[in-house]
Amino acid sequence: MKHKTLEKRAPVNTRSLTGWRTFKGRRTLLAAVALLALFVFSAVFADQIAPHNPHSTSDYSLRPPSAEYPFGTDDLGRDIFSGVIHGARVSIAIGVTVAVLSGLIGVLIGLTAGYAGGLIDDLLMRLTELFLVPPRFFLALVIAALFGSTFSTLIVVLSVTYWPTTARLVRAEVMSLKERSFVEAAHAMGASPARILFRTILPNALPIIITNLVLMVGGVILVEAALEFIGIGDSNYISWGYMLHNGEHFIRDAWWVMFFPALAVSLLVLALNTVGDALNRALDPKARIANLDQPT
Amino acid sequence: MISILWRPSGRYLIRRVVQSLILILILIIVNFLLIHLAPGDPVHLLAGQSGDEKYYEFIRAKFGLNQPLTTQLWIYLSSVVCGDLGYSLAYQQSVASVIITRIPATLLLTISAVFVSSIVGVVLGVEAARRENSLIDRSINALALVGYSVPSFSVGHLLLIVFALRLGLFPAQNFSSSTQELTGFRYGLDVLSHLVLPVTTLAVVYVAQIMRLTRTSMLNVLRENFVIAARAKGLSEGRVVYGHALRNALLPIVTVVGHDFGMLLSGAVLVETVFAWPGLGRLMLDALAMRDYPVLMGLFLMISVSVILVNFIVDMTYSALDPRIRYGQIIK
Repeated sequence: MKHKTLEKRAPVNTRSLTGWRTFKGRRTLLAAVALLALFVFSAVFADQIAPHNPHSTSDYSLRPPSAEYPFGTDDLGRDIFSGVIHGARVSIAIGVTVAVLSGLIGVLIGLTAGYAGGLIDDLLMRLTELFLVPPRFFLALVIAALFGSTFSTLIVVLSVTYWPTTARLVRAEVMSLKERSFVEAAHAMGASPARILFRTILPNALPIIITNLVLMVGGVILVEAALEFIGIGDSNYISWGYMLHNGEHFIRDAWWVMFFPALAVSLLVLALNTVGDALNRALDPKARIANLDQPT
Repeated sequence: MISILWRPSGRYLIRRVVQSLILILILIIVNFLLIHLAPGDPVHLLAGQSGDEKYYEFIRAKFGLNQPLTTQLWIYLSSVVCGDLGYSLAYQQSVASVIITRIPATLLLTISAVFVSSIVGVVLGVEAARRENSLIDRSINALALVGYSVPSFSVGHLLLIVFALRLGLFPAQNFSSSTQELTGFRYGLDVLSHLVLPVTTLAVVYVAQIMRLTRTSMLNVLRENFVIAARAKGLSEGRVVYGHALRNALLPIVTVVGHDFGMLLSGAVLVETVFAWPGLGRLMLDALAMRDYPVLMGLFLMISVSVILVNFIVDMTYSALDPRIRYGQIIK
């Protein structure tokens, strides 16, 4: 069992340690994290926080913001403040689910392709390229139109279109990591390929994977809002995109109907991008993922 | 310059042509499968929901819907290859001709947006890179992050409310004024005034992206020896940065922007919705609302194929600009 103790000494990623120092003491970053926490909190406790039921209509149609309705009401007299709080639930749920699902597929394919190399790598990469071709916004739009736009179809379509980015990133990372001496050492000690992949390589690739996923959540939330905005979405739930879709008719007379949901989307995505950007910079000053993922 | 460099390696060219053709073929098959996997009778997706039984019979015979799936695929493939994307009942025209009439408006919008955002994005990126970590650099970066995070249609709405509805500086909707008959120069000016707000909206995201890419790319190039050599020769800082460094930093920018053509078109759909711009995006939404499936599927196919073509052209241009990759692998 000698190799086990040695293997445990496989280097902890030093980049992430120096990164943490730059992570601290940044006011914008702290603000972003606080904002994220606020959104998550309102998503979890939406039923307790929201003063009204976001679905229930009233006679007070298109009222400007007031003490009773802090963000005003829409054409059917629904409270926009409550809608914005409940909308956080939809955005975060979809964003996180898609990121986790596509992350899993992407990590598995990227690990396999990068580690196996040769024909397997070639085949998997051609497959990845194929999935990158149809623009995801249009694919989601067409599939929602043909198969009906429930949240589950939306989640499946978006996951299917998002995994290739992760797969490519993980593959590149694995290819550089597998040449490093600590992986060679694990090899020499007779560790199985699965053990090397999941215990030695994966932990070292984790920081870049997580960064990628954080940035992806923001992208997914924007695509989801855009799809709801053009009228594709699950009508059983109040979402920010739906509120924007509905508010477009009143853009001349009632600015608040669109303003607050738009502000909510922007702030949530901005907070996610700020955190993702800081993580990214902490990992590598040259900013590896120079190209943020913004689909709209 | 380019014509001297342009000696594409035959192998690379053939490889990319074959690859693109295979991708297009797979896409057509995917389109076909989507039509057949969707719940309901495929005839509704091919003929629209007119409820006209005679027309349905005609379409069933035409696409061989009573025959085995492989035969149907063959019929579908050959008609698509011949440019027959079906017939739109809503427009009483063939799908191909409906789509073609909408292409110029979308092209005008997207090309103008790419043009504007390339200039603004590159200049901002270069200036940020020259002053790494300065106040200017950090403000430009913060702005780019905001540009990435705000939904493009919300930017559109904001511009619409402020500049069209409140200030009345620009028209809010459409391609040109329908109330007056304008010709020649006056017409061009009229279209231009309609173009300002949609192009600005679409450019916001792109400026952010191009700026970030340019900054990263420039930071790498500015550390290279040839930049030091150019400075040592006594060239002015402007010539060093814009003449020598930027030329080398531009290549990765061109590729990434070119490869994001699909994203550009998606952005165009949203912007066309906000400003009622009569392009492909508007057409797609109308088709969605009217359940005009032939147009919807035709558009999806056309957009995917155009993405493949643009990727191909970008790769070829890239290999012409940088001889090192001509014999190499496909650009990752």
